[in-house]
Amino acid sequence: MHEWALAEAITVALLKQSELRGSKSIKRLVVGLGELQAIDREIFEFALSEVLKLYGLEVREYALLSEEAEFECGACGHSWKLRELELSDEVREAIHFLPEAAYSYVKCPRCGSRDFSVVRGRGVSIVGVEY
Amino acid sequence: MKYFEDPRVGAIQLRLKDVREVLVFAGSKGGVGKTLISVLTSLLLSRRGFRVGLFDMDITNPTSHVTLGVDLRSVKPTEEKGVVPPEVSGVTFMSPVFYTLDRPTPLRGEYVSSALRELLSITRWPGIDVLVLDMPPGMSDELLELLTHIRRFRAMLVTTPSPMAVASSIRLAEVLSGRLEAVVLNMVTESAFGAEKLLNYAPGIPVYEVPYDSDVEYSIGYPEKLVLTRAAREVDRQVVDHVARLLRT
Repeated sequence: MHEWALAEAITVALLKQSELRGSKSIKRLVVGLGELQAIDREIFEFALSEVLKLYGLEVREYALLSEEAEFECGACGHSWKLRELELSDEVREAIHFLPEAAYSYVKCPRCGSRDFSVVRGRGVSIVGVEY
Repeated sequence: MKYFEDPRVGAIQLRLKDVREVLVFAGSKGGVGKTLISVLTSLLLSRRGFRVGLFDMDITNPTSHVTLGVDLRSVKPTEEKGVVPPEVSGVTFMSPVFYTLDRPTPLRGEYVSSALRELLSITRWPGIDVLVLDMPPGMSDELLELLTHIRRFRAMLVTTPSPMAVASSIRLAEVLSGRLEAVVLNMVTESAFGAEKLLNYAPGIPVYEVPYDSDVEYSIGYPEKLVLTRAAREVDRQVVDHVARLLRT
């Protein structure tokens, strides 16, 4: 599962801050899961709890926050959402591993431009940490 | 807390920590043969018994898979606590093309950086002695990601004797100063007059000459043929010898 590597990235970032603070205990962690990357919530949750244990980090409470993916065209200004697109399973899998691969398969539905931004909901991120 | 802006950055170091040497083939001018020299070096090092990884750093326009003759329908990375690249002709090979599938992928700079960080932070290189990075031309996001987030690497500057390529290489040599291992002067036909300027700029850096070899074009996509070309023999005798010495020290 590639979710393990994403959970490890989050943990390594937390660990670095914890070392600076001199404590491996975190009160609350909020992780964002962008819709574009289509992370399996259960797998990620399992991976995160295992990796946190492995690195000796204590997180007393954590939440996974889903974020809807939204795009905006740089040419005509049109905004659209991921759920409006019809993508094959093969394409969805490619985007799951590399969200920027969306640029290989998606164009602005209004003007056809490839020059668009992922405004939100790209992938995994640390939304907030409370100590 | 600025560090939390991108957790992938720390993970990049984690993925590379067991790789003994990171060897970058860079050249700021397009068409000088970076991919060919990267691929040949990888194949030939592997034939000498080293465990070699090859990563195509060209997010928008990767071509090392073409040189290696990779069939994208059947060759894919596997998932195992991240992504483990497939083995191609003895080389552990990773490329963004496994996800972009040879489709045009025009990206603005911030997305190039993001894509590189994503791949570098999820790709595992178990047991690799040397990771070869095939850089795209130019001095833009890929180069800055390399300098800022990979940090521990040695560089081979690839150029041709063309005055345009040499002028461009001199600029890049300044950026790579202190990490430059050698200059690979590719597609040499007669006297490599243009290289003199580069030699003056980087004294003490070895310059390896690889001849122009028309057989190379006919061997693209066939690694077994490619390693038998005259160009490959010279890469083996000079560049691969140099890298093998580094790995044995």
